[in-house]
Amino acid sequence: MTDSSPVQVPGTVLTMRRIGAYQTMTLVAPGVAERFRPGQFVALAVGGEQSSMLLRRCFAVREVKPDYGGTVEIVFSVRGKGTQWLAGLRPRDIVDVAGPLGRPFPLPRYPVTCVLLGVAHASAALFPLAAVLRQRDCPLHFLLGGAGTEEVHGARGARRAGDSVAVATEDGSLGSAGRVEDLLASAIEGAQAEVVYACAPLETLRSVSRTCAGYGIPAQVAVEEPMACGTGVCMACVLPVIGDDGATHMVRTCVEGPVFRGERVRWDDVGTIPFDALGAPRALRLGERP
Amino acid sequence: MSVDLRTRLGPVSLPNPIMTASGCGGTGRELGRFFHVAKLGAIVTPSITPEPRAGRPAPRLAETPSGVLNSTGLQGPGIDVFLDRDLPWLDEQGARTIVSIAGNSVEEYAEVAKRLNSAPGVTAVEINTSCPNVEDRGLMFAAHPTAAAEVVRAVRTNTRRGVPVFAKLSADVTDVVGVAMACADAGADGLSMINTLHGMAVDTWSFRPRLAGVTGGLSGPAIRPVAVRCVYQVHAALPEVPIIGMGGVRTGTDALELILAGASAVAVGTANLHDPSACTRILRELDTALRERGITGLADAVGLAHKPAGTLIRRIDPNVGVGEPTEQESLQ
Repeated sequence: MTDSSPVQVPGTVLTMRRIGAYQTMTLVAPGVAERFRPGQFVALAVGGEQSSMLLRRCFAVREVKPDYGGTVEIVFSVRGKGTQWLAGLRPRDIVDVAGPLGRPFPLPRYPVTCVLLGVAHASAALFPLAAVLRQRDCPLHFLLGGAGTEEVHGARGARRAGDSVAVATEDGSLGSAGRVEDLLASAIEGAQAEVVYACAPLETLRSVSRTCAGYGIPAQVAVEEPMACGTGVCMACVLPVIGDDGATHMVRTCVEGPVFRGERVRWDDVGTIPFDALGAPRALRLGERP
Repeated sequence: MSVDLRTRLGPVSLPNPIMTASGCGGTGRELGRFFHVAKLGAIVTPSITPEPRAGRPAPRLAETPSGVLNSTGLQGPGIDVFLDRDLPWLDEQGARTIVSIAGNSVEEYAEVAKRLNSAPGVTAVEINTSCPNVEDRGLMFAAHPTAAAEVVRAVRTNTRRGVPVFAKLSADVTDVVGVAMACADAGADGLSMINTLHGMAVDTWSFRPRLAGVTGGLSGPAIRPVAVRCVYQVHAALPEVPIIGMGGVRTGTDALELILAGASAVAVGTANLHDPSACTRILRELDTALRERGITGLADAVGLAHKPAGTLIRRIDPNVGVGEPTEQESLQ
């Protein structure tokens, strides 16, 4: 338990770069790097010590290195006041880091052919995974997507780490035109893939899960449901997920996830409490005590 | 000089006054990854209901200036799983556990209280009479003194002696003192205040409410002055009833503010979302703050804001007796 426990440390900004449409930030955060396993994330406090922004911002980890006692690299897009504040940080600035948090990707015991699918900056989480899969001699095939060229993250890194890379952009400015999940079926068939790992928005993950179910192969998906604390206390990031008992539970993405088996998530019911979920409000039956 | 942080809540004595607020500290396990849960005065559990509850749909949280709006809908596993899985864990860790309970009817509250009776490791019971967050707004017991009193009576009669019952009050009422008095008369050993304030936020791009539940409970430093006011007013009216103060506490001095207003213990809520080690940090900061002010015992600081200016320590308090003169005072 102690080994997998996260740490909370003041992180020091080492570098801040803009790559494409996204910010890439490297932090010196001792203790996080050595505990990290691919798929896990970090939760950053934004706005400084007296911040009026009370919720943490959670980010997938792009890379960890043992330098300076352990560094963590994250990729994010500026979307609101919190990420704006983060993007304004300069080297040597301090930001509170909690991590690594969440369940990591399950890894194959034997070398198997993997398809790694990522959309926009969510692709970042695929790279530490790719490094570990490589060590296990797994052939890797990358599928990367985004709205345009600027929004495709990590194409160069994927060429270095993977056996093949295919890119799809919605505006057709890079690779094939369309959505990246449309390339999945042919990628699975072409590579005889045995597992798909995906990091993307919910819509894409739903489609990935469906495709994989069609081929009878597992989809390990990392969701980027907005999290508010990252540690499991606030109950904000819940998804309807089918448990081992066969019942649907409202589970926290930050504790039980962010990695789920694709077929376990009830994608069509996200944003609702399914009527058959454990503890769902139910209509009173005749004669029943309220 | 070491500060005596011990505090009394009716029949129960706690090693220090800092605890998690209900629903903001998880089951204890989550924060237990960042510090030892037995270090705190107590862990207050999320509100336990008779049956499992799936809660409300997402989005459940919205960030507002120095605050958080939530409509979680009391998601929880229900009393069976709580007794089976969560309470024994807390007991094993040596934590003092205050069990928050909720229900849709007086009978449901009584049922949960009864189930807790035979369970080891319950330090106190806190009745969530006021969460504006449950499905039916009409069922906010805390809005009416008589309804609140009825729940308190039901829980008190179903709870064994020696286990104090605290009623958690809402500040969303015209007269919080009236509700507090009704609860105390009905047998509450103490009062917890305040619960979240009812609020709402609208997204200016989608033109829709930011919470799936439309309205939610506002917490965080934004509501602290309301908490201080309620604690002050209730302590003035009922000086002998112990109060657990909560609402926007983020630092040790925030905790001290509530203590000065009349709280014997302080619960930390939303700060846990921002900083998972907030409770232990606040405990440390409170110790320092008391020492800096020459106060040697926490009990001496409780309700000091009610005393005339210049009164520091020498006073007669039915709970404490005559205070020891401080170093500062002896020097003068």
